[in-house]
Amino acid sequence: MKRFYLREIAHARAGDKGDTSNIGVIAYKAEYYPVVLAQVTPERVREHFRGIAKGPISRYELPQLHAINLVLERALAGGVTRSLSLDPHGKSYSALILTMTVEVDDAIAADLMKAGRRPL
Amino acid sequence: MTLAGPEGRSLRPRTAPVRIGAGASYAGDRIEPATDLAARGQLDYLVYECLAERTIALAQLERLKDPAKGYNDLLDERFRAALPFCKQFGTRVISSMGAANPVGAARHAAHIIQELKLGPMPVAAVIGDDVLQYCLDHRASLQVMETGLPLTSLPGEIVSANAYLGAEPIVQALDRGASVVLTGRVADCSLFLAAMMHEFRWAADDWERLGRGQAAGDMVECGAIVSGGYFADPGYKEVHDLAHLGFPYLEVEPDGSAEVTKLEGTGGVVNRAICTEHLIYEIHDLANYITPDVIVDFSDVRLEEVGKDRVRISGVRGKPRPEHHKVSIGVREGWIGEGEITYAGLGCLERARLAEQVVRERLKISGVQLQELRVDYIGLNSLHGEASLPPREPPYEVRLRFAGRAANRRDAVKLGNEVETLVGKGPCSSSLPRQYVREVLAIYSCLVPRVAVRPEVVFVEGDA
Repeated sequence: MKRFYLREIAHARAGDKGDTSNIGVIAYKAEYYPVVLAQVTPERVREHFRGIAKGPISRYELPQLHAINLVLERALAGGVTRSLSLDPHGKSYSALILTMTVEVDDAIAADLMKAGRRPL
Repeated sequence: MTLAGPEGRSLRPRTAPVRIGAGASYAGDRIEPATDLAARGQLDYLVYECLAERTIALAQLERLKDPAKGYNDLLDERFRAALPFCKQFGTRVISSMGAANPVGAARHAAHIIQELKLGPMPVAAVIGDDVLQYCLDHRASLQVMETGLPLTSLPGEIVSANAYLGAEPIVQALDRGASVVLTGRVADCSLFLAAMMHEFRWAADDWERLGRGQAAGDMVECGAIVSGGYFADPGYKEVHDLAHLGFPYLEVEPDGSAEVTKLEGTGGVVNRAICTEHLIYEIHDLANYITPDVIVDFSDVRLEEVGKDRVRISGVRGKPRPEHHKVSIGVREGWIGEGEITYAGLGCLERARLAEQVVRERLKISGVQLQELRVDYIGLNSLHGEASLPPREPPYEVRLRFAGRAANRRDAVKLGNEVETLVGKGPCSSSLPRQYVREVLAIYSCLVPRVAVRPEVVFVEGDA
């Protein structure tokens, strides 16, 4: 097993509605999707988004697109239109989620390292 | 079934695919990619979606000051560039550039058509999204969705209330022969769905097709965000020529299945990865994406790359539309003051920390009343706070930022003043400070029953 940033196996985009942020996390390859599913859990996301996500976190799964959608309530500093943040929409949360780390098996690690990705 | 429009045009269902371009995704979007679509896209429709949550509330304030205003500033430039091509190729235009004044926007469009001698190109406005009076009349019983409390609990003056209209009034305008339709608040994807409903004569309760059509509209309503915009991450996700991004267009089949693509020779990319990012971006519960026309179920959605820069969307279903319209409510909620200053060189972080202490103490001494104060260290953790990765070494420079919420303008200004006086009275060696003040127009949501919303179509003439 080796540890990598989530960024090495997935990409992400964040959206907003009121005070709720949603973050789509998409595995680059179908083989990586089980890693995302097992390790990007609402519990880990809550810990990772400490100080930001103040409400419930839910997760929706889209296996056919090897993607998950994380919905973080009360995560936009009171709402897009009244926030004091420089990023009121939380668009940069897509970059924050990709700083999570994941453990991958040797086959995936070899695949990633062949593509020039470095383990932590 | 054959219906006849007022001009005697046959309204038989179309059997060929319809091509719908996305000309804008927000009020200030780039103009020439839309003109390029009009010129080279062989489009049946060009749709400019121009209203973010708050845009219409700001437009409402502008209209209060000047009744002739309250619609999109760039309408003139956009239409002067694109309408000659639309005339040439028979492309019809649908846009939410009407904002708080769709009739004013429609008159402006009719004026341009007259001036450029493009007529006949009938122009219609869709009105009826403004439900401010209804919301004020029922403020004790209507609930704020974000808090569950009645509208009377909102802390400030309610200045606007706009219901998200669906596609139907736009379809009516098209049925009656409009070449250009200007609207206020309409659900973004419904602007696109209207073109499909008009062309394919879909019934307003044909949930399956409406669901597919709405999903197709959803793919392109944010414009270039599905054709290469906001995607690039060097070394990971490469996008060529962001400065010349092509805006996307749809080719929709009569059954509602659709392909997303962009013009040959433009920058950007349309692939499965970006379409997936965009698909998820607007949606929370994928089985229940609520729009005024239909509830879309994306559970079994498929995205396939079927050609270069071409993605097919399928597998979407629809469910009966909701009984209520969502309404965006604009509320004046005080002021935000900001002040920023940069420290550089060895020890910059220590100087910035000292400056923070000084400002906090000064705010007390001068009795500045703030409801909330936020202090950011730009370069360290300004976007993600304690969740940020720790820096490997001390930064060479750091920008200190204060942002505070105040009930009145005076206190918001004073916060910036206390940052300004750091030059000369705070730690040494800084940049010049900058300060900003703005009024907060907060947006909340509520639901109103369908009967409370009565959209209408108005045809206008140009002012001669």
